[in-house]
Amino acid sequence: MDPTQFETHPSKYKHWKLAVNGEIATLTMAVDADHPHRPGYELKLNSYDLSVDIELADAIQRLRFEHPEVRCVVFGADLDKVFCSGANIYMLGLSTHSFKVNFCKFTNETRIYLEDASGSSGLASLCACKGTTAGGGYELALACDETVLVDDGNSAVSFPETPLLAVLPGTGGLTRLVDKRKVRRDRADVFCTTAEGIKGKRAKDWGLVEDVVSRSKWDDAIAARAKALAAKQTVTRGPAVQLPELSPKITEKAFTYRYVELAIDRAARTAALTVKGPDGAPSDLTSADTWSLRAFRELDDALLRLRFDLPEIGIVTVRTTGDRAHVIAHDEALAKATTGFAREVRLLQRRVLKRYDNTARSFYAVADTADSCFAGSLLELALGADRFYMLIDGDEKVAVQTSVANQGFFTTSTGLSRLDARFYGAPADAAKILARGAEGPVPSEEAEQLGIATVAADDIDFEDELRIAVEERASLSPDALTGMEASLRFVGPETLETKIFGRLSAWQNWIFTRANSTGEHGALTLYGQPERPQFQWKRT
Amino acid sequence: MGNVLTDEKIPNNVNLSGDKRLQRALEAWQPAFIDWWKQMGPLGWQERDIYLRTAVSVETDGWAHFDHVKMPDYRWGIFLEPKQEGRTHGFGDLYGQPVWDEVPGEFRNLMKRLIVTQGDTEPASVEQQRDLGATAPSLYDLRNLFQVNVEEGRHLWAMVYLLHTYFGRDGREEAEELLARRSGDADKPRILGAFNEPTSHWLSFFMFTMFTDRDGKYQLSALAESGFDPLARTCRFMLTEEAHHMFVGESGIQRVVKRSCELMKQDPNGDPRTLGGIDLPTVQKYANLWYSLSLDLFGGEVSSNAADAFAAGIKGRYKEDRYDEHKLVGSHFAMDVLEAGKVVHKDIPMRNALNEVLRTEYIKDCQRGVDRWNKTIKDEGVDFEIKLPSPKFHRQIGMWSTVQFTPDGQMIDAETFAKRRGEWLPTAEDETFIKSLMHPVYERGKFASWIAPPGKGINGLPGDFEYVRL
Repeated sequence: MDPTQFETHPSKYKHWKLAVNGEIATLTMAVDADHPHRPGYELKLNSYDLSVDIELADAIQRLRFEHPEVRCVVFGADLDKVFCSGANIYMLGLSTHSFKVNFCKFTNETRIYLEDASGSSGLASLCACKGTTAGGGYELALACDETVLVDDGNSAVSFPETPLLAVLPGTGGLTRLVDKRKVRRDRADVFCTTAEGIKGKRAKDWGLVEDVVSRSKWDDAIAARAKALAAKQTVTRGPAVQLPELSPKITEKAFTYRYVELAIDRAARTAALTVKGPDGAPSDLTSADTWSLRAFRELDDALLRLRFDLPEIGIVTVRTTGDRAHVIAHDEALAKATTGFAREVRLLQRRVLKRYDNTARSFYAVADTADSCFAGSLLELALGADRFYMLIDGDEKVAVQTSVANQGFFTTSTGLSRLDARFYGAPADAAKILARGAEGPVPSEEAEQLGIATVAADDIDFEDELRIAVEERASLSPDALTGMEASLRFVGPETLETKIFGRLSAWQNWIFTRANSTGEHGALTLYGQPERPQFQWKRT
Repeated sequence: MGNVLTDEKIPNNVNLSGDKRLQRALEAWQPAFIDWWKQMGPLGWQERDIYLRTAVSVETDGWAHFDHVKMPDYRWGIFLEPKQEGRTHGFGDLYGQPVWDEVPGEFRNLMKRLIVTQGDTEPASVEQQRDLGATAPSLYDLRNLFQVNVEEGRHLWAMVYLLHTYFGRDGREEAEELLARRSGDADKPRILGAFNEPTSHWLSFFMFTMFTDRDGKYQLSALAESGFDPLARTCRFMLTEEAHHMFVGESGIQRVVKRSCELMKQDPNGDPRTLGGIDLPTVQKYANLWYSLSLDLFGGEVSSNAADAFAAGIKGRYKEDRYDEHKLVGSHFAMDVLEAGKVVHKDIPMRNALNEVLRTEYIKDCQRGVDRWNKTIKDEGVDFEIKLPSPKFHRQIGMWSTVQFTPDGQMIDAETFAKRRGEWLPTAEDETFIKSLMHPVYERGKFASWIAPPGKGINGLPGDFEYVRL
């Protein structure tokens, strides 16, 4: 199968139209039924698949970097009676379990990025649902700041997943309904089991939408609301920076970028991820080529390809090469800069690190060369890994170092920094590391004592120690490892995000494997088929 | 509540006077219905006495009671065909099991949707036709229009009865919504697109009752098979009334073509237009338009909703008992489908093809009507044949809506279609011409220039009877 392309550009969109008009942008969903991600189904009625969501993610990213003048994005549709009918059911029916899980994860991340754009970047969002808004369509609306539904006596918002398909609204829908929109949970229960949904005044009364508006007043009402949302935004943005193509070299053996490489060993079911540090001190902080942006965009693309195109690669070693001082200089320059662009770069780094946390592969960070540079923003890769192996070398060249980047900006889904998560319940230990790291490099042996390295070993033991750990890991059940890692990585309090990626996704992924949805007589299997589903009635 | 509904006021066979819940629901709804009728019903004729048929019971002598009545005083009633004891599901997964007398929770929403969608078309057509009284070609036709209108109103009552009796609070809200939506209204349009265009003149009215009401006949027939017994019984009684609507359409066009043929023979150039008639090619264009719009109402050619409704025992086939097999698992229907831009003939699982199966029955029925028009033309000695266009022609819904076909079923590109559209479908000039013929004729026994008198009148009365008292 061809490699999945996650890079795109508005000039290449097939499913969305992006228009920018001053401080308001409109993203019009105009799904081209004949261009699905893979052949075998048609994307009718603005239903979506990965190809649609890749464009959506690209559009949100570009609005943040390339259109700092935009303060509100309005989602609309090019169809008369339908806004969006959700994820394409036939696509789900045809997809492998692993694809479904990764598709849902990606779409969840995209919607969280939309919320992040509003929360952190002063880019508000308004969902203008001028027609049927079902399933994933309403989940997109829930990820926006405000939603307006047309009041035409017919159009409803709905979650038909449970009554029609025996699955869940898995793109954050259930969680956002009660946690974000604060819809009363008994009403949410009624809503989620009513396939046709809820329309008009009741949709507003129940808090499912901000407002319902008639067709004749629609355009004015949407424009006024978008303007009001835009007026509330106070975050400094810009300057505008265009995001160039990354154009990696993709072969059977490796994905190669300017700063990132993922080398693949299919026989061993492992991969080696290497991130190069910057070549020098930061020079131009207004360029898309600045290391902090370029390297993390590359890492993001590599992680997505790893998820979708390398399902059998279960364990990834993570190494860094370069000069720790340069990494720290870049981190500090960004933190000090007052431009919107600099903050935007840090926010992107934060999102990519979360993508890393949410990738269902075992990550072992490895510092075993003199030019290893786990410092500052790159140290986060070691702190986010499942384990961190460090070589104790004679002249203490192998070391880690902290920077401003480790002081709390790069939060995980739980809201904690990776250091605070590592020392959960012992904040003093995290503080001690920041204090020690500020003084200079922390060599391997000390890093182990301080609790940064999982294992520090000298050259007599190191190679074997690492080899055995990798081989052992590669022999364990991938399912159990996914569950175990996801439980241990997100130490700390629950948030909307952890609930979505944990509780909601885990239940959804369980349901996806059950006979009642995907078995021979399951509802998802039989959707559109002549037979009706037959359920196994035992509850757990 | 000052509005007391008695069995006298609302003729019924559902024990209205003994059903407190139904009474309470209807007492609130009935005044709203009358308001809607006065506001949206036939414009300008509410205070006239019209010779109308009223159903006062389901007995042979009761369903066709004729008298002069003012429309707002019309006695809209609620009638179900008498219950057959021991009736069982005639199709679907529950074939052979006893039918439901109450709505099963599992299918409640699906059923409600079907009833609301069907119910919405009834007031919609009244709204679409409300201006036609101003240009009626005769008192006979004027009366027929109003008969159709009050019966569409009664069909609305029938659907509202089901919503009130079986769907609780949701049903009452939906019943209110049926009166709140308005045909062609930008804010609250009727549910189906075809019901949002006004019926702009009488030629379209006859085409509507010929083709679009015939869709109603087939939808009602399919619902008349339903395992939800009250729905089945309601629809069976509605079908007796629907027959009159199709009679109005079919005989109306028959009279139009008869007149055209007569005028062709009178005019030295054989052009009926010069003598105030409608030429047959223009009749053909309007048939093409209304037939294709009506085909859309059957829904997608391959449909999971149709499969679900059949499997669940809610919506069957036309005259289900003519078939030997009623579960349709594993059987197929051979039909044309669009694949990669090409027409291919293919076996589709029968349950998913049921919209197309029903449409096929409908097409046969339309052809029978068209054959009768052609016999009239032939009897007049004119060489012309009205043809039903290909079912793929000019479709707005379903798989053929994305491509273009000629009336004889040749696939063409959109540009060619746009260029030749005026040969096949009414143009703005055609509309202007037809409207120019639409002058009212309110004199007893007289008819407009473009339409022949009927063979006989209503209820055995002569054609010049005072069907509407001016």
